[in-house]
Amino acid sequence: MITAFLTDSTLCIGCKACEVACKEWNAVPADGFTFTGASYDNTAGLGHSTWRHVKFIERAIDLSGAVASADAGYASNAFRWDFSSDVCKHCENAGCLEACPTGSIVRTEFGGVFIQPDICNGCGYCIVACPFGVVDRRPEDGRAFKCTFCYDRQKVGLQPACATACPTQSIQFGEIGALREKAAHRVDELRARGIDDAVIYDPRDTSVGGTHALFIFRGKPEDYNLPSAPEVPTVHLKPAWQSAAAAAGMMLAGIAFAFLSTRPERSASE
Amino acid sequence: MLVEMTDDLQPYYGFPLLKRAVWTWEIPSYFFVGGTAGAAALIAAVARRSGGSDALVRDARWIAAAGAALSPPLLISDLGRPERFLNMLRVFKIQSPMSVGVWTLVAFSSAAGAAAFADLAHRTSGGKLPVRIVADASEVLSAATGLVLSTYTGVLLGATAIPVWSRNARVMPLHFGASSVGAAVSTLELLGHRTRALNRIGIGACLAETALALYLETREDEALTPLRDGTNGQLARAASVLSGPLPLALRILASRSPTARRVAALSTISGSLLTRVAWIQAGKAEKQP
Repeated sequence: MITAFLTDSTLCIGCKACEVACKEWNAVPADGFTFTGASYDNTAGLGHSTWRHVKFIERAIDLSGAVASADAGYASNAFRWDFSSDVCKHCENAGCLEACPTGSIVRTEFGGVFIQPDICNGCGYCIVACPFGVVDRRPEDGRAFKCTFCYDRQKVGLQPACATACPTQSIQFGEIGALREKAAHRVDELRARGIDDAVIYDPRDTSVGGTHALFIFRGKPEDYNLPSAPEVPTVHLKPAWQSAAAAAGMMLAGIAFAFLSTRPERSASE
Repeated sequence: MLVEMTDDLQPYYGFPLLKRAVWTWEIPSYFFVGGTAGAAALIAAVARRSGGSDALVRDARWIAAAGAALSPPLLISDLGRPERFLNMLRVFKIQSPMSVGVWTLVAFSSAAGAAAFADLAHRTSGGKLPVRIVADASEVLSAATGLVLSTYTGVLLGATAIPVWSRNARVMPLHFGASSVGAAVSTLELLGHRTRALNRIGIGACLAETALALYLETREDEALTPLRDGTNGQLARAASVLSGPLPLALRILASRSPTARRVAALSTISGSLLTRVAWIQAGKAEKQP
């Protein structure tokens, strides 16, 4: 079965149970006690030791007509919290998988992208090949790490730890086609309720070709630090190799020309 | 007090969307050493077939062999798990420039090493047939793989998600190729080979460098910001001057002066190394468009 996550940020309460469950199940090391001051987000992003990451987006809202004038100060500071649990996108065309020179990164039978930890030698190429900034190298270990899509749990018929722990069903897991349908229904439902800015994030019309981590959120992808038009880096291979071939041709021709045009001369060192 | 609130937080609290490369000094050094070795192997092969002296061919082969020997340790020491370097040879993936590069380096190292060994055998036991066969085969193979070695590094950086690299996927293979040729010629000149042919190759490389520098300086593209701004911008410009206009002027105006040739050579070599440093640092810059 080809599976996926559907992370519905309109249901997320920002409890970070997914982060904790992921760390516990996968024995991911602690990532420090940094205080960022960015809302309740002290993790900042996905990384080698953060495979689920809850974002806290604060949006100003206008309550001036809704509260008593004595509370004007409160009204002008009012905001809405949007939470969204981010995760590796498990791209259909995965930049990390294509770039990996050891074959450590593979596609699993569930459609996920998996780094085989016994093969990765920490070359670091996957890190710059990821259009979502997901993969990173763990300095004290030397290897690259990211969400495994709980490959071990899926193997024995369990759901990923994050989806299991989520108390509000903000993180759902299942067959990808069914989840896509579910997402479409959910967005229709939200819009019918007047939440006009609810959208599905599933970049199928880009070179990434869709992901195995679908999202529902309000607003633009950029608000959630997601690229609106992600690109799989392999699209640059053709022009780059063409340029390399042109460079090689010019090098060969130029060097041959230089020697042939000065043929009678002997080297000064002789 | 709450953090600054806006209707659209862009980007998300200023946290970077993309991860930066974890590569350290070994990688630009390898780009330089490997590229120079590749171009030297090419010069050796062409020189032997088009009137270059035996001494020039011999020295070019040894530069190639030395670079081939130096490259793997540089690459291995940059790995997160150096003891697993052999995993690079588990698979061959045409879609991964790093995999293509590793296999190219393996072929190049073998061929460049064999060519240098054949040169040694030739001097000690004369030009016997097996020696000549090894010499010819390894020379052709090292020249062919050398061409890839001095240019693929541009493809490797180009095929990434980092804007300053991917938007210059066409530029970097040309830039690194020209830089490699310049460095190889200059190394030969420092070893005492000051022929007109080498000066002409040097002029060609300097012209290409100058043209690329002008193009990078004048092109309107936000993605080039990390290559233009701040310390890295100064580094990139220094690299351009050292590998382009400065040695070009010396090579054209004072090609008969050994001192001028030596200065031009040293300038080109340092410019070539700085070029790789500047490109890699640009991709590691905090601010990407």
